[in-house]
Amino acid sequence: MSRVVLNNVTRNFGAIEAVKDLSMTINDGEFVVLLGPTGAGKTTTLRLIAGLEKPDRGTVEIAGTDVTAMAPTRRDVAFVFQQYSLYPHYTVFDNMAFPLRAPGRNLTPEQIKKRVHEIAELLRIESKLENRATQLSGGEMQRVSIGRALVRQPEIFLMDEPLSSLDAKLREDLRVELKRIQRELNATILYVTHDQLEAMTMADRIGVLSSGKLVQLDEPRKVYETPSNIYAAMRLGSPQINILDASSLKDTDLPANTHSVGVRPEDIVLGSANGTLAKVLTVEHLGVETVILMESEGRNIRAMLGGDAPLAEGDETSFAIREGSAICFDRQGEIIS
Amino acid sequence: MTAAPDKAFSVGTVSARSKLIAAILVTAYALVAVIPLVWILATGFKSPPDSISYPPKVLFQPTLEGYVNLFTSRTRQTPEYIKSLGPPKTWYDELARKRNMVISGPSRFKDRYLNSVIIGFGSTFLAVFLGTLAAYGFSRFKVPLKDDLLFFILSTRMMPPIAVAIPIFLMYREIGLSDTALGMILLYTAVNVSLSVWLLKGFVDEIPKEYEEAALVDGYSRLQAFVKTVLPQMRSGIAATSIFCLIFAWNEYAFALLLTSGQAQTAPPFIPTIIGEGGLDWPAVGAGTTLFLLPIVIFTVLLRNQLLRGITFGAVRK
Repeated sequence: MSRVVLNNVTRNFGAIEAVKDLSMTINDGEFVVLLGPTGAGKTTTLRLIAGLEKPDRGTVEIAGTDVTAMAPTRRDVAFVFQQYSLYPHYTVFDNMAFPLRAPGRNLTPEQIKKRVHEIAELLRIESKLENRATQLSGGEMQRVSIGRALVRQPEIFLMDEPLSSLDAKLREDLRVELKRIQRELNATILYVTHDQLEAMTMADRIGVLSSGKLVQLDEPRKVYETPSNIYAAMRLGSPQINILDASSLKDTDLPANTHSVGVRPEDIVLGSANGTLAKVLTVEHLGVETVILMESEGRNIRAMLGGDAPLAEGDETSFAIREGSAICFDRQGEIIS
Repeated sequence: MTAAPDKAFSVGTVSARSKLIAAILVTAYALVAVIPLVWILATGFKSPPDSISYPPKVLFQPTLEGYVNLFTSRTRQTPEYIKSLGPPKTWYDELARKRNMVISGPSRFKDRYLNSVIIGFGSTFLAVFLGTLAAYGFSRFKVPLKDDLLFFILSTRMMPPIAVAIPIFLMYREIGLSDTALGMILLYTAVNVSLSVWLLKGFVDEIPKEYEEAALVDGYSRLQAFVKTVLPQMRSGIAATSIFCLIFAWNEYAFALLLTSGQAQTAPPFIPTIIGEGGLDWPAVGAGTTLFLLPIVIFTVLLRNQLLRGITFGAVRK
């Protein structure tokens, strides 16, 4: 395991800049999650590190070596694809042993068997080893796919939305398991997702990507509390952050150049005496919490309250922002610190 | 709202009446398709008089005369001469002598048949081998002028063989490929490669490239990745393509007639010449045709599972 460094990497596909001047470092044993919507350049970043794409500019370093011109075969990385891409003509065991049987690894059949069984146990698919890959359920296939990466001890694991095609329950289970396994193996992982919950729960650091650019790379809590711009603020948190015009607020102690203000739904206080008037549009009871969508002066505002919020659709109420919770952005949408 | 019908309309369930109609149609078609084959098979086991009797005989005394005539050349002799030869040494001598014939030696059918096997399977192997590699290249790599090249490859298939047969005949004579098995293998390969590239490219396109990328990242070379991950998944495509190529090369008549004569002649131009040798020997023709059909039947039966998957491949994604 070791450090992976990207230096000013750019990759274009025709007129589209998939990755723009991207520089980042993934430290040894770190779990970094790249977060962004479709087309933000997440997958391309992974493919650049794996060598499946060649950068137009910039360099890629793995363990201190410049691998920019090196073939994927020699880079010693492991890739988990979004589609399981298990070999249908092999059994689960053969699928997992496939990377170990690559030429140049020179492992004995006993060593391969031992390693595959270790990882199968870790992923709880031991009983499936003799099955054909096509006889598995989606969740099992994805475990095998992850297992195929884990049997090796590569410099870095690259995972491209490995959980996105699974149902919610399985995704949650595997998410927890993956984090546990990463700790156990002290693995370096670069993980791509558009699911903010996955990013928040698994990452040591989150990298927010916006059309090929790295907007922010920081610990989940930091990205959540002090997003570097409105785009990063919108990526984390559910329900989404409220972005309000500074001029519409009565609060006066905002920095002078504040153009808009980000307020997390949990920082909206309802029924305050000198708050802004609002009309409740919808009330969603989610058990522990209640999400309220309100309309005030032509804009929608989301608030998150406790499970017993005594509001109904059509109610008139007033809201205020919890003191000190507003995140101020300037005209360009960048944070004012 | 009206009451729901007892049975929902489903694409999966078929009424008994539709099944009956389907069965009748399939049986009728099978009869039309199979009767000529059965007739050829039967003719091969008829005696020459039975084969031309009118009305045609459906029940007859089977004999191997047709097969004997196919594999031998015979001369007609007087009964006195035949008697002077003493008792016949083998069962086929006996069969020939009944018709006042003496077997003078083997016919050329065996050589022609062997030519067909060598040329048919040789060119099929080459066409599918080259087609597999070309299809993979066209499917996976950035090839300059890819679409034009693919169209060009297909266009070689557009003209009738007879249109190019004369130029090829002249060229082959110049370079010494005329009437050689190698020449015929190269020619059939050239014709079949277009079919095999196009068919196989469709199959390769269906295989996600993540398979090879995964193998590349796991430490395999491009060729190893191709052999280990793509090739096994192309099996049904290769089987289907092989059958199409073999059927073409096996049945090809025009080129074979024009470009081969003594050495490399294949069975299709040879079988009709039996008709010329000593009258209309229909049982020998039937026997020759039956034997000629066998390799394709065996080849297709051996690959039938692959073929069925191959033909429906890509229609529905599992």
